[in-house]
Amino acid sequence: MIRSEILKNLVPVLKGEFVVCNIGLPSQEMHLLGDQPSNFYMLGTMGLSSSIGLGLALTQKRRIVSIDGDGSVLTNLGTLPTIANNPADNFILLIIDNGSYGSTGDQPTYAGKKTSLAEVARACGCEHVVECRAEEAVETVKTALAADHGGVIVCKCESGNIMVPVITLDPVVIRDRFMTALAAANAA
Amino acid sequence: MTVSERIVDDLVNNRVEFITTVPCKQLAGVIEHVESNPAIHHVPCNKEDEGMGLCAGAFMGGKRPAIIMQNTAIGVTINTLVTLTQYYRMPLPMIISYRGELHEPVACQVEMAVHTKALLNQLLIPTYHFHHERDVEELDAILKHAFMCNKPVAILTDATFWGGYCS
Repeated sequence: MIRSEILKNLVPVLKGEFVVCNIGLPSQEMHLLGDQPSNFYMLGTMGLSSSIGLGLALTQKRRIVSIDGDGSVLTNLGTLPTIANNPADNFILLIIDNGSYGSTGDQPTYAGKKTSLAEVARACGCEHVVECRAEEAVETVKTALAADHGGVIVCKCESGNIMVPVITLDPVVIRDRFMTALAAANAA
Repeated sequence: MTVSERIVDDLVNNRVEFITTVPCKQLAGVIEHVESNPAIHHVPCNKEDEGMGLCAGAFMGGKRPAIIMQNTAIGVTINTLVTLTQYYRMPLPMIISYRGELHEPVACQVEMAVHTKALLNQLLIPTYHFHHERDVEELDAILKHAFMCNKPVAILTDATFWGGYCS
C-alpha cells in the first residue's frame, strides 16, 4: 500500500479535523482526495509541517494533526525534541514513512534503511509513539483521535506515487479559510 | 528598567504572546525575561527555520508571534521567510543580535555581518538597526508596523546598542 491509498482511507477519518498537510504530493493528494477548509496545505518549506502543527496546537484548543513524511522529518529532526519538551495533548504527528523522497522521484531516505523514526522520537522524549503498518493506519489514527493525549504515529508503507495536479489555490486563501474555520471552531 | 526589560515590555504591550528563541549571549537578558513573563508562551527551538514554522502555527492559532535569534540565522532561514512567512503573508518580528559589527572580537562573525543587510534588503524585509540605546524607543512602532502589514520585520541590535560585548 502506498501513501496515496493511506490518505484516501484516512479522508473520512480526518473529516472536520484541522490538518497540516506536508509539502508536495501529500498536500496535493489531500487536496485532490479530501479538500476541506480545515486543511492547511504547505506549498513550500520542506520539513516544517510538524513545527507549524505544534505552534498551532500550543496556541489554541482544537486538535491539530500534522501529516508529515519520513524525508521531511529527517530534514527537521530538531522538531522531535521540541515536540517532546513542549507536550500538547491536542497534537498528533502522523509520519507517513515510505522510506523515500516521494515528491522528488522516490530516492531512498535513511528512514527506509537503518534509522527508525519511531525509536528516534522515543529517544527524543516523545510520548505515545506508535509504529503501524499501512493497513493499520485507519484504526491507529482513529485510536489516536479518540485519546485525550497527543502522540506520534509512524505509518510504514511502500514507496510510490499517483499522478496528482499541483495546488493552484493562492497561499493567502489557504491560510484565510483555515484560520476562519479554526477561529469558528474555537468560538463554538 | 533595563533595555532587555523594555524590549519584553513592548512585546507584551503589543500582545505578542508566543515567542521562540535560540540562545545568544547578547540577547540572554531578553530571553530570560521572555521565559519568566507569564504573559508569554516561550518555546525554545533548535534551529531558526523550525522556530519560524512554530511562529506560523502560532499566528494561525490566533496568537501574535516573535522570534529571537542571531543574524547568522538569516542565512539559515531564507527559504522559510520566502515560502512560508512572506508567501502566506504572516507577521513576524525578528529581534536579532547583530554580531560582527564594531567591537566584535570574533573575526568569523564579520563574514555573516557583511551579508546581513544585503540579504534582508534582497528579501524586501523592513529592517531597523538599533545602534544607540535610545533606538529601543522605536520598537513599539516597529511591532505595530509588523502586525499592521503582515510582514516579517528585522530588528538588528548591535554591540554598541548593548553597551559592548559580554565576552
